[in-house]
Amino acid sequence: MSIWEYANPKKFMQTSAWALPGLIVLTVVCMAVGLVWGFFFTPDDYKQGSTVKIIYLHVPAAMMAINAWAMMLVTSLIWVVRRHHVSALAAKAAAPIGLTFTLIALATGALWGQPMWGTWWAWDPRLTSFLVLCLFYLGYIALWKAIENPDTAADLTAVLCVVGSVFALLSRYAVNFWNQGLHQGASLSLDKEENVSDVFWQPLVICIAGFVLLFVTLVLVRTRTEIRARRLAALLSRERLA
Amino acid sequence: MIALLLRDLRLSFRAGGGFGLGLAFFLLVAVLVPLGVGPEGGTLAKIAPGILWVGALLACLLSLDRIFALDFEDGSLDLLATAPLPLEGAVAVKAAAHWLVTGLPLTLASPVLGLLLFLPERGYLWLVVSLAIGTPALSIIGAFGAALTVGLKRGGLLLGLLVLPLYVPTLIFGAEVVKRGAAGMEIGTPLAMLAAITAGATALLPFAAAAALRINLR
Repeated sequence: MSIWEYANPKKFMQTSAWALPGLIVLTVVCMAVGLVWGFFFTPDDYKQGSTVKIIYLHVPAAMMAINAWAMMLVTSLIWVVRRHHVSALAAKAAAPIGLTFTLIALATGALWGQPMWGTWWAWDPRLTSFLVLCLFYLGYIALWKAIENPDTAADLTAVLCVVGSVFALLSRYAVNFWNQGLHQGASLSLDKEENVSDVFWQPLVICIAGFVLLFVTLVLVRTRTEIRARRLAALLSRERLA
Repeated sequence: MIALLLRDLRLSFRAGGGFGLGLAFFLLVAVLVPLGVGPEGGTLAKIAPGILWVGALLACLLSLDRIFALDFEDGSLDLLATAPLPLEGAVAVKAAAHWLVTGLPLTLASPVLGLLLFLPERGYLWLVVSLAIGTPALSIIGAFGAALTVGLKRGGLLLGLLVLPLYVPTLIFGAEVVKRGAAGMEIGTPLAMLAAITAGATALLPFAAAAALRINLR
């Protein structure tokens, strides 16, 4: 029994069909508890007032936007090395989700920034690198769309993902150099003294768990769709030949 | 390799289009910006480093799809792939040829355009230096993008979408060098970073580009 067994599409379909209902329930529960707790049962911040509550959407979405790219990188590498189709399809399935998380993070940030910083947008390193990340997602998705042969598309997007990761990191540090930040620093680190207060931290952790589960669930659903689409295409082409 | 370089250079000179086009585009950007922004010297001098770098970057983008597309269409790319010269070497040579016909003329022409945009006097040297160091990175990154999109019918627009995010670090450090140079500040750090990007991209990206080409030729 090794993890590579799940690279078999049939096995993957079976396992994911078994796991999905539970995952969906867990996701809904986590998101509902985290968000309701965060929105209605936490005090207002002494400086930010009730706008602080956007943290429950903004932070998890931003974390998952980056993690989704990391997951795409790993699955792309698995595809390049071991040629498991499910892996390539999972990367393809994750990209639009990651893009959506990026947009959520940018939009909620803008909504919060308007009353707090007095501006929708600032050319802050974090904001800028998220915008760049958004462009990387767009390019990746566009490349998948543009190429007809699925294997070629998987190969080329995998190469793009690897090179893009390097340049995304480079851009992250380049924009740090280019402009000073307005965005607050990390306040959830496990190894730091000064963190966000427990009152906000507890619902936030549940929200983060909810977003992780949401991402996993959506990726599984979309990967299953991709596998079915692939099967359908194979059946259709077989019919045309017959 | 030298034969391939000469062949590419000859093709781009004689087949027309590619050579002058980038330069003309660069000139147009430098002419259009003052028309849009207004003729005040102070404003123009302030934005000149950024405009010149963005202009160079877009001019470079304009001719990227030519790096591989023509050879792909007439089949000579297949011959290159099966030639004794490693495909990585061929990619590097083609990127070098692209730089010689776009990046180098842009670099040499940039002081004249800096004049149009009232670039402060101290900035000229650093404008030329930063473009000379930075534009090779633009060519090699562009060659990677061109290798990704070579098989596509309408690759041009997609190529821009893929390549421009990859240009972000080069642009930031390149424009920063000119900005600091023009203001008479220390330029060591951004210049070193710019050179590092060029060196790293030149060393590693030919492998990625060759891998993409092999996939497209399969």
